[in-house]
Amino acid sequence: MSTASTASTAKLTRKDFVTDQDVRWCPGCGDYSILAQVQKIMPELGVPREQIVFISGIGCSSRFPYYMNTYGFHTIHGRAPAIATGLKVSRPDLMVWVVTGDGDGLSIGGNHLMHALRRNVDLKILLFNNKIYGLTKGQYSPTSELGKVTKSTPAGSTDYPLSPMLFAMGAEATFVARTVDVEVKHQQDVLSRAARHKGAAFVEILQNCNVFNDGAFESLTDKGTKADAQLVLEHGKPMVFGKDKDRGIRLKGLALEVVPLGNGIGESDLLVHDEHDPVLGFLLSRLAPPAFPTPLGVFRVAERPSFDELMNRQIAEAKAKSGEGDLDKILRQGELWTVS
Amino acid sequence: MAINPIGAQPQRPVEERESVVIRFAGDSGDGMQVTGMQFTTESALAGNDIGTLPDFPAEIRAPTGTLYGVSAFQVHFSSRNIYTPGDDLDVLVVMNPAALKTNLADLPQNGILILDKAEFSEPNLKKAEYTVSPLDDGSLAKYQLYPLEITKMTTLALKDMNLPNRSVMRCRNFFALGVVSWLFHRPIEPTLHWISERFKKTPEVLEANIRALKAGYNYGENTEIFASSYSVKPAPIAPGEYRNITGNTATALGFVAASKKSGVPIFLGSYPITPASDVLHELATFKNFGVVTFQAEDEIAGVGSALGAAFGGAIAITTTAGPGMNLKAETVGLAAAVELPMVITDIQRAGPSTGMPTKPEQADLLQALYGRHGEAPVPVIAASTPVDCFYAAFEAVRIAVTYMTPVILMTDGYLANASEPWRFPKAADLPDVKVEFRTDPQGFFPYLRDERTLARPWVRPGTPGLEHRVGGLEKDYLTGNISYAPTNHEQMVRVRYRKMAKITQEIPPTKIDGAEKGKLLVIGWGSTYGSITAAVREFQAKGKSVSHVHLRFLNPLPADLGEIIGRFEKVLVPEMNMGQLLRVLRADYLVDAVGLNKIQGRPFKVSEISAKIARMLEE
Repeated sequence: MSTASTASTAKLTRKDFVTDQDVRWCPGCGDYSILAQVQKIMPELGVPREQIVFISGIGCSSRFPYYMNTYGFHTIHGRAPAIATGLKVSRPDLMVWVVTGDGDGLSIGGNHLMHALRRNVDLKILLFNNKIYGLTKGQYSPTSELGKVTKSTPAGSTDYPLSPMLFAMGAEATFVARTVDVEVKHQQDVLSRAARHKGAAFVEILQNCNVFNDGAFESLTDKGTKADAQLVLEHGKPMVFGKDKDRGIRLKGLALEVVPLGNGIGESDLLVHDEHDPVLGFLLSRLAPPAFPTPLGVFRVAERPSFDELMNRQIAEAKAKSGEGDLDKILRQGELWTVS
Repeated sequence: MAINPIGAQPQRPVEERESVVIRFAGDSGDGMQVTGMQFTTESALAGNDIGTLPDFPAEIRAPTGTLYGVSAFQVHFSSRNIYTPGDDLDVLVVMNPAALKTNLADLPQNGILILDKAEFSEPNLKKAEYTVSPLDDGSLAKYQLYPLEITKMTTLALKDMNLPNRSVMRCRNFFALGVVSWLFHRPIEPTLHWISERFKKTPEVLEANIRALKAGYNYGENTEIFASSYSVKPAPIAPGEYRNITGNTATALGFVAASKKSGVPIFLGSYPITPASDVLHELATFKNFGVVTFQAEDEIAGVGSALGAAFGGAIAITTTAGPGMNLKAETVGLAAAVELPMVITDIQRAGPSTGMPTKPEQADLLQALYGRHGEAPVPVIAASTPVDCFYAAFEAVRIAVTYMTPVILMTDGYLANASEPWRFPKAADLPDVKVEFRTDPQGFFPYLRDERTLARPWVRPGTPGLEHRVGGLEKDYLTGNISYAPTNHEQMVRVRYRKMAKITQEIPPTKIDGAEKGKLLVIGWGSTYGSITAAVREFQAKGKSVSHVHLRFLNPLPADLGEIIGRFEKVLVPEMNMGQLLRVLRADYLVDAVGLNKIQGRPFKVSEISAKIARMLEE
């Protein structure tokens, strides 16, 4: 970020990022926690409030910008990544966040999300995944499980779900991570890292819709079961999980398997998480319950010049080479003749 | 002249012509567009007024010799002021039988027909669906027929170069151009110069094309095939420095000029589409002007990225044609709701659906005016000539940033590719475009409006103390906070309409070509300008009571238009659609206007409009 600090930045607190608007999500919605964590990490980024922009599409998640006391733009369904791309490319000095959901980002706006990721536009993209359409009152979404019974699918959905992680990995996003609404500390850590990543940072936030899809991530968040259901990824650490830290993930051929520790199997037999390994990131993206725990954390990080940086470099180079554009020169281009 | 005459030339008669219309037609691989453009440049340098009409197929490389693979370029050059590429041809140059078949209908009796004899072979005739060669059945007897040996002579001229046959064939167009240049006393230096520049990196091709061009010129001069040659004197053109320009190039330059005069950089978000892509190509070369061109993943992202850039404080532009307009509609509605400036450029082509991508039409007008859900009024501006595209683009940007509104700029496939001479302005003579970004937090509200324009403030993110949120939800009249209050919504709908009405203060008094009142008023918009002007002037010269008004603003309409209409007994509205402006005028002014509608993917001929005017004057 090439943002100019203002005198006020040092003093900012969470409250500086809270607007005077009433938050209109349903009581108990997972979005409240996400909003709180985002507001919490903001002051620590050292970016002046006026340099930050939140852009959203349509859906419950997309009300987000109204509650952030930064610049914000609540746009149209699915198009936030495209609108954010235009903003970031023309204003590389700004820090641009995109807030989207499983319907907004992966259904109507899947195309734009894919291209923002593969171009590596320097955007912080938060995809709230509650596996349901909330704002339209409870139809299945592209991440809902096969057979999902909803108002629009009384006999169960026949749609095979899309994995946001696999989608992002497939688009070769340079930062891919997952966290959960109620895991406050984990969420803050992941968001902070996403914020500091240069390039497209994609974060799937598993989020409970307590009205239309309550308990979708219950085993992952319930105190009694979560230790067995979560695989918390840490770069350079072996993949151990379970209440008693007694299970791990091991490579078997070209796939992963869950193995109990002990009986000759030690931590040294387990996979060590490497954020820079795209193949490992892809394998982890495929892990899902019930056979596997749900991985949380940073799946993959890669360094690649961002799209906006490359575009603006071309402009700087053109100006250096040809000088600041001279209008008269281009008006006079081509074959000229004089009539006297 | 670098032409090498062989001995003394027999003096042949020179016939003087006021105007000449010539069309080059051949296979889409025959280089007819280049030939036409070079002939245009030669004619411009000869001091004539000119108008051009390129006509090419959507297929990039249709199978050789087929009827649907024919590409043509028409040039009208004259010793007086002209407004169109011309109705009927004086000269038709065809490179193969298919080109003859598809173009002959436009050549009147006794017109000059030049063709390449060698190309009228059995297989080529078959591809052009001729059962008998038109060279043999007497069907061409009513024309001044010149069956030249273009292929043979080109081959001879390049004989010692040992080029593959394919390369030799590619030089035929320059041989033809050489012949025609001689026939009409055109200087070939500009073309020699162009070839030298264009083929700098391939000296063999350079040499071959130059030889072919000179051989063609000498062929005209040294053989006695043509009994006479023709001269067209320079036209009484306003003194000054000129260049030739197409509508698409002019559009791109208009945007850059507005950016320069406002000091605000351009962001273009666009998805390639015929016939709009050239504006993207053109703008992509202006990086040193700070122009950002973003080739988006689709039409929606094209306009979306532009709107994002507008939010960031850029001059935001998107370019497209009809199919893209459909896809962009929702975002244009958002831009209208959040009141951010942007120019949506619709380079119209024949529809519906994919329609005829390379052919012009004016059938997107109602879409531009009304094609959004909800009450979402947007200013609509149309260019009337290739040169006018520059000024219309400039004006579209000015209106957008002055009134904080998306503006739809309309041109069409004809204006896009047609060219005319332009006495280009000096940058210093163009008006400044005033853009003021709000920086003062004192008394700031996102929807606090300027009294004169009703525009809300434009705030660049990054401005301390002015952090605010905008969005597609209905918002409070002042604070911009979400509001579903019934009366607030009506107030917002009404103020967005009032803002459109305010724009009428930007429109100068309507220019009437002809008398201020009278029998017949012809009202047009867009690319019909040339044909209508030429037709109306014919009648005016005969003392008939016909006047012409050509609209730049389609929304809002000029404040004085209703009153002007009232001064005429009859109103005629020629359009390349089923009567879209006609509908608007009838609705807005309760006038019993009459339409003249042509929907053939081709501009009006002057004679078509004249015929209608004559009928209306008689009635």
